[in-house]
Amino acid sequence: MNRYADPASVRELVRPDRIHRHVYVDPAVFDLEMNHLWRNAWVYVGHDSQVPRPGDFYSAQIGREPVIMVRGNDSQVRVLPNRCAHKGTRLVSAQQGKCQGGLLRCPYHGWIYRLDGTLRSVPLKGGYSEAAQAEALHGIGELTSHNYRGFVFVRLAPQGIGFQEFFGDSLTSIDNMVDRSPEGRLEVAGGALRYLHDCNWKMYVENLNDAMHPMVAHESSAGTAKRLWDSSAPAAGSPKPMVIEQFTPFVNDYDFFEKMGVRVYPNGHSYTGVNFSIHSKYSSVGEYERRMFAAYGEERAKAILAEARHNTVYYPSLTIKGAIQTIRVARPLAVDKTIIESWTFRLVGAPDEMLARTATYSRLINAPTSMVGHDDLHCYRAIQEGLSSASSDWVSLHRNYSEAEAGGVEGTYGATNEAPMRGQYRAWVDLMSRSQGAVT
Amino acid sequence: MTSAADLVYQEARLIDEKRFDEWYELFTEDALYWMPLTRDQPIGEAHTSLFYEDKLLLKVRIERLRHPNAFSQQQPSFCQHVLQQPIILESGDERCVLRTPFIYAEAQLDQQLILAGTAYHHLQHDAAGWKIRMKKIELLNREAALPSIQLLL
Repeated sequence: MNRYADPASVRELVRPDRIHRHVYVDPAVFDLEMNHLWRNAWVYVGHDSQVPRPGDFYSAQIGREPVIMVRGNDSQVRVLPNRCAHKGTRLVSAQQGKCQGGLLRCPYHGWIYRLDGTLRSVPLKGGYSEAAQAEALHGIGELTSHNYRGFVFVRLAPQGIGFQEFFGDSLTSIDNMVDRSPEGRLEVAGGALRYLHDCNWKMYVENLNDAMHPMVAHESSAGTAKRLWDSSAPAAGSPKPMVIEQFTPFVNDYDFFEKMGVRVYPNGHSYTGVNFSIHSKYSSVGEYERRMFAAYGEERAKAILAEARHNTVYYPSLTIKGAIQTIRVARPLAVDKTIIESWTFRLVGAPDEMLARTATYSRLINAPTSMVGHDDLHCYRAIQEGLSSASSDWVSLHRNYSEAEAGGVEGTYGATNEAPMRGQYRAWVDLMSRSQGAVT
Repeated sequence: MTSAADLVYQEARLIDEKRFDEWYELFTEDALYWMPLTRDQPIGEAHTSLFYEDKLLLKVRIERLRHPNAFSQQQPSFCQHVLQQPIILESGDERCVLRTPFIYAEAQLDQQLILAGTAYHHLQHDAAGWKIRMKKIELLNREAALPSIQLLL
């Protein structure tokens, strides 16, 4: 019996300005998250450009559910459970590939499914009585999914909050990333990084809109890059290397990070960089701007490019950087184990330099070899270890808290406010307590 | 005079002994230290790599490792390369390429990470002897979700 079986005991882990350490370290809470939060929320699966042709599939793990994102013979992208209706065998094991003959065939007993999840055939069907056929021979079904401008999300719970209602105006961050393509289209390109984090998934998600850590945690990496470049006495007018341009804003001062602003939406979503961000001062690429002006007209193109949001959190699974076309996806494995995937996108119709900028950023910041990532993960691990101690039960989220938040955390604030985290925990309680489609 | 193969052994030893300034001097000014992310990955920055570092970035990395606030290294990591004998793939008076399969261990207090891979050293000969123009490292398990790799392969 899970000690949090009573929903009230879950709610007690979260208070408006603090949260109990068990949300990060207790395996019983993690089990509940898998069975409730990760089933009730809309979780990112993949991008439809990963499955460009009918029969193409991409497999992923959503919470504890193995799923397949597949493009059907009707060109529709669907999300199916990746488990045979017979004995639960995974139907596909490769990360991606093509379904032979436009069908899914179980590798164990040869049950065959169409790409909409319906059962096509089983061998020696006569071995099943009519009653058994009705009861046991069925498809794998199709999960509730939504494709938003190429980004495919799934809600495992059959009933629950709608896609638009869940994400609301936070979708403007995806809009901006897609609009940055002169053709209004993105394509996954440049490889996917997978970084194993031995920490709870929420430490990563919270960090994305934590504007109080960069100047501290990244002093040794970004600060060193800035110092080496500044002391190399570059000739007047010589261009900053791209890596220096990308590293140095991480050690901007508190004033910069405060003034960039944070916008908090319902359901745990938020973005930093309302007014400007660490991406605002990247050198412009002339050919890219020309193509954007040609596609949108100068005024509209300038408005798209002026929007340089820092991180947008699509709670709980997806975090994006529209300004440089990278996304990071949290895939929790255990209470203290999470894979962070980093994907990069080509702006269709833009010059190749744009993809190089994107891939360079992902390598410098998101790779398992990243000097920046090492110090972030070090801090998450240090929290994981610290919170295992019962010497103090509560984690503070007091920064800029006011009782006016009782009605909701939504709003625009200075970015050093901890409002995004408080918003995430309101959503956490909500998604943990929704009973619809949930499994205890 | 140092042979090309000797340079490969010396390079690994300098990393293992954390003699990074001497290690840095083994590379030409336009050198590239590259660990691709995928198989058959074309060279260039239009694809994400695990390492794709010129001398400026290598300098940042070395300086960061001894920075007092490199928090992930307050408990220092140590590494050990075990090299198979380097085989010359291409040779000439001024340039040569060597292939060296290796096992690499990186330890930090109670944790130890073991990686396998193959290094390709593209060397260039100048007045002072052989220097490294490019070191390309093909990691065996590059598809895996990898933990932090904090030192240099």
